[in-house]
Amino acid sequence: MTAVTTNGASARVRRWRTPWLFLTPFLLLFVAMYLAPIAFAFIQSLFTLQRDGLGLTAPTLAFDPFANYARVFTDDEFIASLGRVLLFGVVQVPVMLGLALFIALLIDSKSARGRGFFRLGSFLPFAVPGVVAAVMWSFLYSPVTSPINGFLESAFGFTIPFFSDALALWSVANVVTWCWTGYNMLIIYSALQTIPAETLEAAKIDGASSWRTAWSIKIPMVRPALILTTVFSIIGSAQLFNEPTVLKPISGGAITSTYTPLMAAQAQVAAQNYPYAAAESVVLAVLVGVTSFVFFKITGRGDR
Amino acid sequence: MTPTLASATRPRGQRDTTPASRTGVMAVLLLAAFYFLMPIWWLIVAATKPAGHQFSGSGLWFDGFGLVDNIALVFDVNNGIFGRWMLNSIFYSGTAALIGTVVSAMAGYAIAKYAFRGRGVVFGVILAAVLIPKVMFTLPLFLMFNQVGLLNTPLAMLLPSIVSPFGVYLASVFAAQSVPDELIEAGRLDGAGEFRIFRSVSMRIMTPALVTIFLFQFVEVWNNYLLPAMVLNDTSLQPVVVGLVGWSASNGNVPAGTVVVAAFLSIIPLVIAFLSLQRFWRAGLTAGAIK
Repeated sequence: MTAVTTNGASARVRRWRTPWLFLTPFLLLFVAMYLAPIAFAFIQSLFTLQRDGLGLTAPTLAFDPFANYARVFTDDEFIASLGRVLLFGVVQVPVMLGLALFIALLIDSKSARGRGFFRLGSFLPFAVPGVVAAVMWSFLYSPVTSPINGFLESAFGFTIPFFSDALALWSVANVVTWCWTGYNMLIIYSALQTIPAETLEAAKIDGASSWRTAWSIKIPMVRPALILTTVFSIIGSAQLFNEPTVLKPISGGAITSTYTPLMAAQAQVAAQNYPYAAAESVVLAVLVGVTSFVFFKITGRGDR
Repeated sequence: MTPTLASATRPRGQRDTTPASRTGVMAVLLLAAFYFLMPIWWLIVAATKPAGHQFSGSGLWFDGFGLVDNIALVFDVNNGIFGRWMLNSIFYSGTAALIGTVVSAMAGYAIAKYAFRGRGVVFGVILAAVLIPKVMFTLPLFLMFNQVGLLNTPLAMLLPSIVSPFGVYLASVFAAQSVPDELIEAGRLDGAGEFRIFRSVSMRIMTPALVTIFLFQFVEVWNNYLLPAMVLNDTSLQPVVVGLVGWSASNGNVPAGTVVVAAFLSIIPLVIAFLSLQRFWRAGLTAGAIK
C-alpha cells in the first residue's frame, strides 16, 4: 500500500485506522451474536441442574464439567438422531446434487429449448420458505387430503404410505430436495456458463459426443461449484429441523420430537434442561464444523 | 451494472442436434418442471376454490372461485392476527436486511480495499462463519437471551438477523471487482475523507451488488423459522412463518382450508421479489460459485 504524500504520517495512521472503523459495527455484532452465545452455551454446558427429590425448591446449578457431555454420548435418542441425519445426508445429498447437475447439463445442452423457463421453474421452490414448503407438502402427504394419493387411488388403485416407518425419512428428504435442487442447479449452471466457448469448440472438432463432452470437460470444470454445493448441503442436512418439525403432527408418530439432533436439543430447551441442551448444541456445532473442515481439506480447497 | 451481473452467453449451434436428442432432453426437463411446479400450482388452485372445498375435486384444476372470500377469512381468524404476522415479517426482514446490508458493505469494502494487519484473520473468520449455519447458533442465542432478559422482544429477532457473514463475503467480492482503486485515490487527492469516499463514490458503484445482498438477507430473515419460534413466544410479535406453522399444527382449530390459503398468501411477496429481481439472484449465486 503506497501512502499518499500529503501529510505522510497522519495519513498513514488514518489509513491504518480506517479499515478497522469500517469493520467495527460488523465485528461488534459478530462477537455479540456469534461468539458470545457459543461461549455462553459452552460455559453453561459445564454445569448440571440439581433438583431436590420433591421438586419443591428451584433447581440449583453445580459445576460438573463432564456430566452433560458424558450424558450426550450415552443418550440413545440423541445418538439415534445423529445416525438418522447421517443416513439422510448420505442418500439425500448425492441424489439432490446428481439431479441438480443433470438438469443443469440438460439446460446447458444444445438440445434444450425454453432455457429461461426451466431455469426459473426449478428455482421457484427456493422462493417458498422452507417451513411453508413443508406445510404445503404436509397437505400433499396427509392421509386425509393428499391429492397425490387421491390420484393414485383412482387411477391405479394403490396409495403411498408417506409416513410409514420406512418412508417417513424419505418423505422429509423429498421436501428438502424439492426446495434446494433448483438453487444448487443454478450455482452449477452459472459455473457451466463460465467454460470458455473455445474449449467446447475444440472438443467438438475432436469429434467428442455431447455425453463425452459433458463427462470429460463440463463436469471436471464445474468441480469447484460441485464441492461448494456439497459442503453446503452436508451442513444443511446436519441442521435438519424445519421440515420434520412441521410434518411431525400429521406423521402419526413416525416423526418423534427427537427425530434430528437439533430437534432433540430443542426438546431439551422446551423441558428447560438448559445445561444439557447447551451441551448438545456445542457437540452439534463442533461436529458440523469438523465435518466441513475435513471435507474442504480432502477436496484440497482448504490450501488456498 | 457490474460485470458479474451480465450473463455470459455462448453462441450455440442449433443444427447439430438430432430430433431424438431434442425430444429426450425436453421430455426430461418437462418432467423436472412438473415436479418443481406441481406443488405450487396445487397451492394456487386450492386457494381459489370456495371455502371448505380446498381438498375436493382434482388437485390440479380450478373448481369454483372463492379466492376473495378465502382471503377475507384468513384475515378474520383470531382477530386478524395474520395481517399482523405479515407486517411483522416485513418489519423484521426489511429492518434487518437494510441495516445488515450497510454493515456488510462497510466490512466487505474494508477487506477488499485496504491492506491492513489482521486482514487475513478477519477474512478467515468470516469464511468460517459462512460455513457454519446460523441455525447452529440459535439455541445458544436463546440461552443467552434468556439470561439477559431479551426474550420476547423484537431485538431478540433483529440483532442476530443483522449479522450476515455471507453478506460481508459478497460485499468484499463485489467491491474488489467493481470499485477501481484509481477512483479511491482520486477522491483522496481531492481531499475527501475515507468515509466520504465510501459513501458517495464506492457505495454508489456497488449499488447493484448491495441490492443483491439486501435481497439475500431479506429472504433469509423472512424464511428463518427456528430463531423466532424460540425467542418470540408472544403471538403478536411472531413473523408469518411461525404463525402459519402454529395454525398448521392446531389440530383443526384453524381449518386446514384456511391454512392452505394463508400459505398461499405468505409466499406471494417472495415469489414477486424473485420474479422481478432475477438478475440479482444470478449475481449472488455466481459470486458464491466462484469463490
